[in-house]
Amino acid sequence: MAAPSTKAPSPVKDVHILWITAGLGCDGDSVSVTAAEQPSIEDVLLGAIPGLPKVHLHNPVLAYENGDDFMKFFYQAEKGELEPFVLVVEGSIPNEKIKKEGYWAGMGTNPDTGQPILTCDWIDRLAPKALAVMAIGTCATYGGIHAMAGNPTGCMGLADYLGWNWKSKAGLPIVNVPGCPVQPDNFMETVLYLLYQVAGMAPMIPLDKQLRPTWLFGKTVHEGCDRAGYYEQGDFAHEYGSSKCLVKLGCWGPVVDCNVTKRGWMRGIGGCPNVGGICIGCTMPGFPDKFMPFMDEPPGGKLSSTAIGIYGGMIRALRSITNSTVNDEPKWRHPDPKLTTGYRPTTY
Amino acid sequence: MATSIESMPETPVKKRNLVEMNWDPITRIVGSLGIFTKIDFENREVAECFSTSSIFRGYSIFMKGKDPRDAHFITSRICGICGDNHATCAVYAQNMAFGIKPPPIAEWIINLGEAAEYMFDHNIFQDNLVGVDFCEQMVKETNPGVWDKAQRTPCPNADKHGFRNISDIMTSLNPFTGEFYRETLQMSRLMREMFCLMEGRHVHPSTLYPGGVGTVPTVQLFTDYLVRLMKYVEFMKKVVPLHDDLFDFFYDALPGYEKVGQRRILLGCWGSYNDPDYCDYTYKNMGDWGRKMFVTPGVVVDGKLVTNDLIDINLNMRILLGSSYYDSWEGAETFVKKDPLGNPVDQNHPWNQTTTPRPQKRDFKGNYTWVMSPRWLDKRTGDHLALDTGGGPIARLWSTALSGLVDIGYVKATGHSVQINLPKTAFKPETQFEWKIPKWSNAIERDRARTYFQAYAAATALHFVEKAMAELHAGKSKTWTEFKVPDEAIGCGFHEAVRGVLSHHVVIRDGKIANYHPYPPTPWNANPRDIYGTPGPYEDAVQNTPIFEENGPDKFKGIDIMRAVRSFDPCLPCGVHMYLGNGRVLETKHSPMFGVAGHE
Repeated sequence: MAAPSTKAPSPVKDVHILWITAGLGCDGDSVSVTAAEQPSIEDVLLGAIPGLPKVHLHNPVLAYENGDDFMKFFYQAEKGELEPFVLVVEGSIPNEKIKKEGYWAGMGTNPDTGQPILTCDWIDRLAPKALAVMAIGTCATYGGIHAMAGNPTGCMGLADYLGWNWKSKAGLPIVNVPGCPVQPDNFMETVLYLLYQVAGMAPMIPLDKQLRPTWLFGKTVHEGCDRAGYYEQGDFAHEYGSSKCLVKLGCWGPVVDCNVTKRGWMRGIGGCPNVGGICIGCTMPGFPDKFMPFMDEPPGGKLSSTAIGIYGGMIRALRSITNSTVNDEPKWRHPDPKLTTGYRPTTY
Repeated sequence: MATSIESMPETPVKKRNLVEMNWDPITRIVGSLGIFTKIDFENREVAECFSTSSIFRGYSIFMKGKDPRDAHFITSRICGICGDNHATCAVYAQNMAFGIKPPPIAEWIINLGEAAEYMFDHNIFQDNLVGVDFCEQMVKETNPGVWDKAQRTPCPNADKHGFRNISDIMTSLNPFTGEFYRETLQMSRLMREMFCLMEGRHVHPSTLYPGGVGTVPTVQLFTDYLVRLMKYVEFMKKVVPLHDDLFDFFYDALPGYEKVGQRRILLGCWGSYNDPDYCDYTYKNMGDWGRKMFVTPGVVVDGKLVTNDLIDINLNMRILLGSSYYDSWEGAETFVKKDPLGNPVDQNHPWNQTTTPRPQKRDFKGNYTWVMSPRWLDKRTGDHLALDTGGGPIARLWSTALSGLVDIGYVKATGHSVQINLPKTAFKPETQFEWKIPKWSNAIERDRARTYFQAYAAATALHFVEKAMAELHAGKSKTWTEFKVPDEAIGCGFHEAVRGVLSHHVVIRDGKIANYHPYPPTPWNANPRDIYGTPGPYEDAVQNTPIFEENGPDKFKGIDIMRAVRSFDPCLPCGVHMYLGNGRVLETKHSPMFGVAGHE
C-alpha cells in the first residue's frame, strides 16, 4: 500500500503504550506477551535494545497502579497530554447500538453517571489521538471466537469498527497481529518495528490487505510445517498422536496464513500441526466459523490429498528403496586383514 | 424469583461516617473487575463492598447447535490465562458424553500439561502480580512504618533463599527492576515451554482432543520436560521459604492482619489430575474415581470435610440469579430431569440452566454485574453456601489434607497436612515442605497456600513423568481412542482451574450441543449478592476487612482491600457467565477420516 512515510527523523524520546484489554476477549494476548523473549517486555521497558525511545507501558494486567490511578493515563491521553502514544486494543469490539441500555464491555466508571464507560467510547476518544493503533489477537483484529455465528453481542474486529481504510494521525493504518492467542514474539516484534519507525529508523511497516505484517503472515502454516514432507509423500495420519501429516484429521494448515510452524510457540517449542495439533485457522479473518467443525477434514483437502496420494505413494516407495540403500555402509569397512577400499599400498 | 436486593443494612447502633471508594478497574488480575466500597475511616474498616464485572461475551449462546467435538476448542477461549484448564475440563465432559476412555499415556500427558500450567500460572501471579502488593515501592507508599520494620527484620530462612532482611525481599519484588520479579517472569516462561511440550501452545492448547491427545510421546518429549522441571524444583526450595518469611512478617508487623480478607471457612475443590488406573469417565463411578485424583475433591465447611464425592458435589450445585443482568429460567425447559443414577436434578443446576441476558444500567441497589451467583446446597442445613476457592491452592490443599488419600511418595496427605517431598537438585539437597491446615481462610493464608501448591504441582509432575515414561518404555505409545458422537447424551467434567473449581456440563441432542454450561472459579468467588442477600466471597471477604494502610482518604490506595481481593486470584473472563442460543446446524462426522492407503 502507499506509504506515507513517518515524519522526518524527529527522535521521539518517550512513547506511551496505552493498552485496552476491555474488548470482548480473555486477556490471553496480554498473558501471551509476557511469554515473549524476542524481544521480551522487559527488554523493551528497560531499554535493552539500542535506538529505542523510552517506553511507558499502561496495561491493566501488569500495571502497578489501580483504579483511578491507572485510568488517569487514559484521561491524559484523551486530553492530548500523553503524546505520543500507541493504542493497543485487545478483545473484539461489541456492538453497543443493538440494545436499549446497559453495556457489553466497559472500562472504568464515568464519575458523573456512576455507569461504566464503554470500551467503544474509549476507542472513539483515543484512536484519533494515537500515533498508531494496534489490534492484538484475532478477537481485536477480526472478531474471533466471540463473533461466531449466533453471538448475542454483534461484536467485530477493530477495523470493522473504525473502518478498513482508517489511518492514524501519523498516517498509519491499523496494524493487525492476529492469533488466538497472539504468538508472543510476533506481537513484540511488531511493537519493536513500530518503535523503530517512530524513532525514524525504519520505513513504513509493510502490511498486507488484512493489515498484517507481511514478514510474519506471508507464508502458510503448511509451507513452514515440518510434517509437510509427509504430505508430499501422501502419507497421512489417521489418528491423533501420529507424527504424520494431519490434513485428514482436520488440519487447515495448507490454506492458513501463520508462521507458528516455523517459529514454534516459545523458543521454537510447541506450535500446532508440527506438534500434533490440527490447525484450526485461529489467525484468520474467517475464524472460527469457516473452520468448523474443527475435527473434520477440510472440504477442499479431499481432492488435493487424494491427488497427492497417488504421486506421493509412488515417490515414497522409491525413496524407501533409496533409503534402505543409504542405510547400508560401503563394503570396504571391515576388520578383515585385507584392504578393499581401492587404495593400493606400496609402503606397508 | 426476581427479588430485588436491598443493599447491606448498616448496623444501626454504630454511627459511622462512610466514604465511598472504588477501584475500577482492579489491575494486576486477568479481566475486568471493579470493586466499589464504603469505608469507615474512623473505625478503620470496610463497611460495604460490591464486586462488578464489566464484560459480557455470551459463549453459551453461540455454542448451542455446534458440534460437541468443538467444545474444548471453543471453551478454551473463555480464559486467557487458564484456557487449557477449560479445554481439559471440556475434554473430560466430552469423554463422559461420548463414553470413551483415553489411553493412559494421554492422561499422563494431560496431567503433565496441567501441572506445568499450575506451576507457571501461580508463579507469575504470585510474584509478578500479587507480589507487587508486597514490594518495596508499594509498602513504602502505604505503610512506611512497616517498611522501617522490614529493614530491621532479618529473614529467618535467609540461608535458604539468600535475602538477608525482609526489606530485601520487598525490593526484589519491585516491578521490572526487582531481581526476583524478573527471575520469576523468566521462570514462568520456562514453565510455559513445559506446557507447550505437552499441550502444544499456551494458553489455548492445540493438541487436546476428546479421546486423548495429539502429542507424540517420545523419549525426547519427556526429557525436555524433566530437565526444565528440575530447575523449577530447585527454584521452589528458595521460593517457599521466601514467602513464608514474607507472610509471617506481615502477621508480626501488623498485629491483627489475619483479619484482612478473612471469611468463614467455606471452601470448594473439584479435584484435579485423573488417574488412568481408575478413571473410566462413567458417571456412576465418578465418586470412586474422583477420590483417586491426585488432588482430592471436597467441600470444606468450618474446617470439616462435608463430602469428597463428585456425584454429591455435582448434584448440589445451584446457580442463583443474584444481582446480575439475566432473566430467570424458572419456566424454561428442564434438559436433565434425572442423572444417570436416577437422582433428581434441580432446575437451578448447570445442566438445566437457560440464560437470557438483559443488558441494563448498573444499580448497586438492584443488578450490578454480569456474574451470577453459584452456590452449593448443604443438605444438612438447607443453606445455599457461598463457597469460595480461595484462589485455588488453599481449597485444594485443605481438601486433599483432610481426605488423606493422596500418597505417591512425592506427596502425602496426612489428614491434617500435606507433605511435599522434593528430590536433590543441582545445588540444593532433598527437601520436605509441609503445608499445615491454617487457622484462617484469609488473604495471607490464600497467598501462602499458593506457594506451597507450586511445590505440590512440581512434585506431582515428577510422579507423572515417571508414569508416562513407564508407558513409553512398555511400548504403549498410542495416545488417542476413536469414538462416535452419540445422538443423545449428557456429560460433566470436574477439574481444578488454576484459581479453583471448574466444571463443564453438556447436553447433547441430535448430535449437537443443546446446552453447555461451564462454571469456572471466578463466578464462585466474584459473584454478587444472591436472592437470599448473601454476598459473594470477594464482597464478604472485603467487608469488615480492617484497614491497616497508613494513608488517609486523600492518598488512600486501598492496599489491604487489594490484598484481600487479589488473594483470590481474580480472573474475570471466567466470571462472565456463559449461555446457549441457536447456532447453525452442522454435518456430523465421527471418525475424522476413512480410507486412503497408509498406516501408522
